[in-house]
Amino acid sequence: MTMTLDKTQLANLSPARRAWLRFKSNRRGYYSLWIFSILLFTSLFAEVISNDKPLLIQFEQNYYFPLWNDYPETTFGGDFVTKTDYNDPYIKQKITRDNNWAVYPLNHYRFDSINYFAELPNPARPSAQNLLGTDDRGRDVLARLIYGFRLSVLFALLLTAIGVVIGIIVGSLQGYFVGKVDLVTQRLIEIWNSMPELYLLIIFASIFKPSIGLLIILLSLFGWMGLSDYVRAEFLRGRNLDYVLSARAMGVSNVGIMFKHLLPNSMVPVLTFLPFRISGAIMALTSLDYLGLGVPPSTPSLGELLSQGKDNIDAWWLSMTTFSVLVGTLMLLIFIGEALREALDTRRG
Amino acid sequence: MKNKTILDVKDLSVNFDTLAGSVNVVRDINFSVSAGETMALVGESGSGKSVTAMSILRLHDEEKVNYSSGSIIYNEQDILAIDEAQMEHIRGSHISMIFQEPMTSLNPTFTVGDQIMEPLLIHKGLSKAAAKKQAIELMELTGIPDPHYRFDAFPHLLSGGQRQRMMIAMALACEPKLLIADEPTTALDVTVQLQILLLLEKLQKEFSMAILMISHDLNLVKRFADHICVMQEGNIVEQNEVQHLFREPQDPYTIKLLNSEPERMIPQQETTSLNHAQELLSAQHLYCQFFIKSGFFRRKIHTVNAVDNIQLYLKEGETLGIVGESGSGKSTLGRCLLRLESCRGDIFFEQQKIDQMSYNQLRPLRKEFQVVFQDPYSSLSPRMTVEQIVGEGLQIHFPQLNKQQRREKIQKTLLEVGLEDDILWRYPHEFSGGQRQRIAIARVIILEPKLILLDEPTSALDVSVQKQVLALLRELQLRYKISYLFITHDLKVIEAVAHRVMVMKEGKIIETGETETIFTSPKEKYTQNLLTASLFK
Repeated sequence: MTMTLDKTQLANLSPARRAWLRFKSNRRGYYSLWIFSILLFTSLFAEVISNDKPLLIQFEQNYYFPLWNDYPETTFGGDFVTKTDYNDPYIKQKITRDNNWAVYPLNHYRFDSINYFAELPNPARPSAQNLLGTDDRGRDVLARLIYGFRLSVLFALLLTAIGVVIGIIVGSLQGYFVGKVDLVTQRLIEIWNSMPELYLLIIFASIFKPSIGLLIILLSLFGWMGLSDYVRAEFLRGRNLDYVLSARAMGVSNVGIMFKHLLPNSMVPVLTFLPFRISGAIMALTSLDYLGLGVPPSTPSLGELLSQGKDNIDAWWLSMTTFSVLVGTLMLLIFIGEALREALDTRRG
Repeated sequence: MKNKTILDVKDLSVNFDTLAGSVNVVRDINFSVSAGETMALVGESGSGKSVTAMSILRLHDEEKVNYSSGSIIYNEQDILAIDEAQMEHIRGSHISMIFQEPMTSLNPTFTVGDQIMEPLLIHKGLSKAAAKKQAIELMELTGIPDPHYRFDAFPHLLSGGQRQRMMIAMALACEPKLLIADEPTTALDVTVQLQILLLLEKLQKEFSMAILMISHDLNLVKRFADHICVMQEGNIVEQNEVQHLFREPQDPYTIKLLNSEPERMIPQQETTSLNHAQELLSAQHLYCQFFIKSGFFRRKIHTVNAVDNIQLYLKEGETLGIVGESGSGKSTLGRCLLRLESCRGDIFFEQQKIDQMSYNQLRPLRKEFQVVFQDPYSSLSPRMTVEQIVGEGLQIHFPQLNKQQRREKIQKTLLEVGLEDDILWRYPHEFSGGQRQRIAIARVIILEPKLILLDEPTSALDVSVQKQVLALLRELQLRYKISYLFITHDLKVIEAVAHRVMVMKEGKIIETGETETIFTSPKEKYTQNLLTASLFK
C-alpha cells in the first residue's frame, strides 16, 4: 500500500473521497476499472471504430460524410445508382486516387457487413483484410466482437439495475414490515421461483418475435428474487438494532429509516453480488443466443459466435476470440466488484 | 498469611501480530499467586488483564500471539516452554478457568451433565457411572437445586446464574490448584452476583485453591480479594494487599480509578424544590403484555406482563431512576412511555394525552422526548458519519435551517458534549465507547428536548468514563432543565444522579420514593436485598 496520508489528514477527507482512496488501494480492482471503462467507452463509439463506411471523403473538391448520409455509387464515378459499397476495390481506388482521399475507420467492417471480396472461403482465417477472420456468412469477427461486447455489457447493466431495484424494494418492504406483508410476499416469491424459467423463455420465444426488449422483460421477471432474500435478511437483522429504535424515537419516517438507516447497512450482499450478477446476465444472454432463443439473427452477439464456433470446430478464430472476450470481461467485472466491496466497508479506515 | 507460591509470572510480555506489525499488549509484568489466596487483576477495558489470564493457560492462537519475554512458573515448570501435550494435562486438572458469559460458554447441544463429566473422564479416567456420581455431587456443591433432575438438562433450560454455577462445577471437577475467573459475574444480576461470589469464596476454602480473579469492579474486589494488581495499558502500575491499596494508593492511575466511583451529584435542597415544579410526564394504569405462542396455530399459551399496572410522574428538571434486575420490565416501561412499544394505559406529556396518537401525529412531539441507549456500539449506524448522525433530527424537526446553519449547530453541540468540532466526517467505529456515547448524547440534545430516556447509558463504559458521562448529563440537565428517566441496574449510578427512585420487579413497582430515603431506609425486603448485593455492604 502506498498511502502517504497520515491518520489525521485522512480524517479530514470527505466520506466519498475516503471511499475512493480505499478503492484505489486495491490496485487490481483499480486497474480493472480503468480497463473496463476504456473498453466500454470505446465500444460506445463502435460505429466510428468499426464500420464499412469511411468517416469522411474528399472527392473532387467536395466533402462527403458517408457515416450520416447515403450516397449512390454514381457520386464517386461508379456505375450503379445503389448505395455505395466502400469496400469494393473499384470504389476504394476511385476515392483514394489523385487528389481524393478518404478517412476509413480502424476496422473496415460493420457487424453485419459481408466481405464479398474475400480471397478465402468463409469462414476465413485471420488475414490482413479481416484481422480476426470472418464467420460462416463472411462477416468480420472483430467487428462482431466489438458490437457484441457493447450489446452484452449494456444489456447486462440494464438487467442488473432493474433486478437490483426490484430486489431491494421487495426485500426491504418484507424485512421492514414483517408479519403478514412478509408472509404473503415470501409465499408469492416461492411460487414464482418454482416456475421453470428456461421453458418459459422457450415458449415466449416461439410466441413473440425475439427482441432485446422482450429478453430484458422476461429475464427481469425472474432476476430479482435471489437478491430480495438477502436484503430481507439484512433488514430483519437490522430493524431491531438500537440505531433504528433511536431513529424512530427521533421521529424519522418509515421511508427514512428504510433508506437512510437500514439500506446502507444492508448493501453488503447487494454489492457483493453485483459483479456476479452482471457477469451472470452476460452469461444468460450468451447462452440464450447460443441456444438460438435470444436476440434476432442479425444482431451481433457473443453467443451466436460461440455457436458458430461449435459448428465450425476447426475455425479456431471464432471460438477462441469470443471465449477470450467473455473471460476477460467477466474477470474485470469480478475484480472491480471485489475492490468496490472493500471500498464501501467504512471500517477499513 | 504467607503460603507457598503456586504461580509465578516473571517479566511477561505478550505481543499480538497484526497486519500493521507487532503490538505489545502486555509489558514486563510480574506477579505471583500463593495457594489459597485470591489475587485480583483490576483494570479498564484494553488494559491487558484478560490477555494475561489467557496466557497462563496458553489459550491464545499461537500463530498470532508471541511471548517475547518472561516466564510463567507453575509447579516449577515454565508453562510457556512446555509442549502442547503437557499443557493439555495442566489445563482443567491443575488450572481451570471460568468465563464472563455463561450464556455462550456452555455448548448448547450437550446436556450440562455431559459437560461436567467431560473433564472427569479426560483427566481422572473415571468410569461413566463414577463420573456421573461425582458430577452430581459437584452440582450439589455449587448449589444447583435437584441435581439429579438437572443433570439431563440442556443449557438453555437454565438461568444465567445456574449456568455460571455449572461452569464453576465444571472448573472444579478435577480439584484444580488455581482457578482463573475472568469477570465471572459481570453478566449476572446483582443478587445472583453476590450468591456466586459467596459460593466461590466457600469453595475456595473447601478446596484450598487459589483464585485469580479478573474484574473491573473495585467494590467487588475490595470485598473478595486478598491481593490486587492494578493494570493499565499492559503494565501493572501498582500491586498490594487489598486493605493497604485502598487506604494508601500510590500510583496516580490507581487514585484516579478509586476516585471514579460515582458520588452523589445532587444537593438535597434541589429535590425539595422540585416539589413545586410542573409535571412533565405522567402515566396511569400502564400495561404491556407479551404473548408466548406455540404450536401450528400460534395459540397463546402464556402471557408475560412486562409492565403491570404502573403509574408514575416526572417533573420538569427531575431525574427519576428506574432500577431493577434483568427481566423486571424497566426497559419495556421506558419504551412504552415514549410510545416505542405498544401498550395500554394513559400517558400524558405536558397535559397532552399521547397514548392514542398515531405515529404521524406523534412525529412533531418526538422532538421533545428523546432516548439514549446502553450500547454505544449498536445505537449509532455504522455507515453514517457523525454529521449525518447528529444532524438527522435537525432535518426533521428544524427544517428551516440551511446546510451551513445546520453544520454550525452540530459543531456547537459537539463542543458542548466535550468532543472536537472537526470530527464531522468520521464514522462511529473510529471512536472509543465513551466518545460514542457522547455522540449519542449530542444527537439527542441538539433537538433541545424536554425529556430524555436514558436506558443504561453508562453500563457499557469503563468506570472512569462512566463518571465523566454522568457529570456531562448532570451539567446538561442543569443548563437546559431537562428531565431524565434513568433506567439502570446499577444502584451506585442511580444514587449519584437520581432525585427519586422507583424499584421494579416482574413488571410491578415494589417501592418508590426520594433517593436518600430509599438508600438509607428501604422499606421492602426486595429493595434491601438489592442494596446489600450491589453495594457489598
